[in-house]
Amino acid sequence: MTQTTGRKTRFIRSLDPAVLTAFGCILLLLVLGSFYSRSFLSPEYLLQQLKVASFLGVIATGMMLVILLGQIDLSVPWTVATGAMMACAAAAYGPLGTTLAIPFGILCGIAIGLVNGVGVAYLRIPSMIVTLATNAVAQGVMVVYTGGFSPQDSATTAMRYLATGALIPGIPNVVFIWALIGAAMVFILRRTGFGRAVYGIGNRERAAYLSGINTRRIVMIAFAASGGLSAFGGVLLAGYASKAAQSMGDAYLLPAIAAVVLGGTSILGGRGTYLGTVAGVILITLLQSILSVTQMPEAGRQITYGGVIIFMLLLYGRAPPSR
Amino acid sequence: MKDWQYRLAEHRGTLTALSIFVVMFIIYTANHPAGFTANVVQTAANKGVLLALVAMAQTMVVITAGIDLSVGMIFLLTNCLASWLVVGSPLETAVGVVIVLAVGALCGAINGAIVIYGRLQPIVATIATGAVYFGIALLLRPFPGGSVNEVLADALTGRIFSVVPASLVVLAAVIALIWVPFSRSVYGRAAYAAGSSETAAYMSGMPIRRGKLLAYALSGLVAGIGGLFLTFFTYTGDAALASGNAYTLFSIAAVVLGGVSLFGGKGSAIGAVFGALAFRTIGDLLFVFDFDPLWQPLFQGLILLAAVSLGALALFRVRNRLESFQ
Repeated sequence: MTQTTGRKTRFIRSLDPAVLTAFGCILLLLVLGSFYSRSFLSPEYLLQQLKVASFLGVIATGMMLVILLGQIDLSVPWTVATGAMMACAAAAYGPLGTTLAIPFGILCGIAIGLVNGVGVAYLRIPSMIVTLATNAVAQGVMVVYTGGFSPQDSATTAMRYLATGALIPGIPNVVFIWALIGAAMVFILRRTGFGRAVYGIGNRERAAYLSGINTRRIVMIAFAASGGLSAFGGVLLAGYASKAAQSMGDAYLLPAIAAVVLGGTSILGGRGTYLGTVAGVILITLLQSILSVTQMPEAGRQITYGGVIIFMLLLYGRAPPSR
Repeated sequence: MKDWQYRLAEHRGTLTALSIFVVMFIIYTANHPAGFTANVVQTAANKGVLLALVAMAQTMVVITAGIDLSVGMIFLLTNCLASWLVVGSPLETAVGVVIVLAVGALCGAINGAIVIYGRLQPIVATIATGAVYFGIALLLRPFPGGSVNEVLADALTGRIFSVVPASLVVLAAVIALIWVPFSRSVYGRAAYAAGSSETAAYMSGMPIRRGKLLAYALSGLVAGIGGLFLTFFTYTGDAALASGNAYTLFSIAAVVLGGVSLFGGKGSAIGAVFGALAFRTIGDLLFVFDFDPLWQPLFQGLILLAAVSLGALALFRVRNRLESFQ
């Protein structure tokens, strides 16, 4: 009896107030939306939102890993585009290219992430700058490659199947993929030395280094993983739209950061749970969906979007007072 | 350390940016078909001053150990506002200019208030306020358009005595009237101190909150001057998301090239101005060397990557590996 109550209090204590608030905001958005239209609470609509959220979810997973280190990855836009374009480009090279299209796209993303990681971990350049620079380089390479137009190659059937198909009728494959990646991320963060090291470095890199962690290698791997996940998000997006486009990644950088931060992960690193990121991703997706359903002009949508993010952060994202 | 050595070390970043700019500009004019003429300088100045103003705005926030990702959006918002207000009789124009600048300062102050009193991290707070400012800009100008007092515009983008570009004079005036008094005032020193170590600054009784708020507000003001100038150059207001984002990103690049530390407390807006001018000249170099314009983004990206990698040279001065962790 005492054991169960002990377990219960531990469970309640483990719930982050930020995560709870985020889930509360999701419920609030759903209720508000259902006043507007009945279909907001229908399973089809919710499943559709979950599907849209999965693309952001995959990208935000990588972003979260980097933010947990106390760093940031601003190279998301063109890593997404590079992953998508390179996967589509590989598809043009016969059956072998078609088979290797997805791994090739992800590999290009990992390469960009590795450059970021080497810059941050070994050259000690602030992550905000080095990721900005690799973003510019990736954009440059892609512009030269495509000649400034959207590439003509289209996505492979495998990519389309992953993004639009449904292995089990009714549940889209992307939702499965996000769930798999999420489960792996939770396992890595909670049960492996790598995950503990990520939290340790995010809290204080000196202390982590002095306790014998090879901090530079961990940081590099985290950036490479973030690049790979961004590129995988791009591959899925290309499968969804059946081709890659020039600025397809632009719409994912700020929502990814916002989702991670709204989920209660500290932008200074070292604190945050994956459940929070899931809540943040769904929150952002729902917010965008509701704003577009209400047919508000783009200007009003931007203002509401920014205002809501500020408001939510003021609710629970504030730093402790310094005095 | 002797006095001159100390002063040299203090201004090393600014001097490096200045020398990069001078070398780049000499290469540029030497290869330009028209050579070093007033026309070439005027065109280069007009293009460079826009980025220089935005970079200066970014610097004021960066020295407080913050970052302003909304600076490009304040630039767009004031541009769109100016395309409505800075028209008509001289009096109307003057009132319009004052309102535009006040709105710029207000945007900056809102950022500052959210960061200082709301205790949010600057990077996320300004992403969100940037979306709001862009939304307002879009509300003002859903489509590119509007007009501006062309007499004033031509006067400020032309040449004085047909030699000196007027935009450079304005830039110098902004530095002399806003940056220099600010950086030497108590509040300016407090902003620097807060960027260097907020706890230490607080313990020594510096007015860090007011200093930081002033830094944010002046940053908005300078970004507003930039937006005003954009209107003078283009005669229109245009809420282009890509352009706002590009100015934000380039301003960070210019700040880094100008030797301003992103960790705060170090550097000068004058360095950032030269960083911005150098960055623009690098972009223009491609045109004089007849490169395919397709290669321009790649070239700019590689230059940026190389420039930031130079920061890694500081590692050679590290004697204890622990020093390399912030």
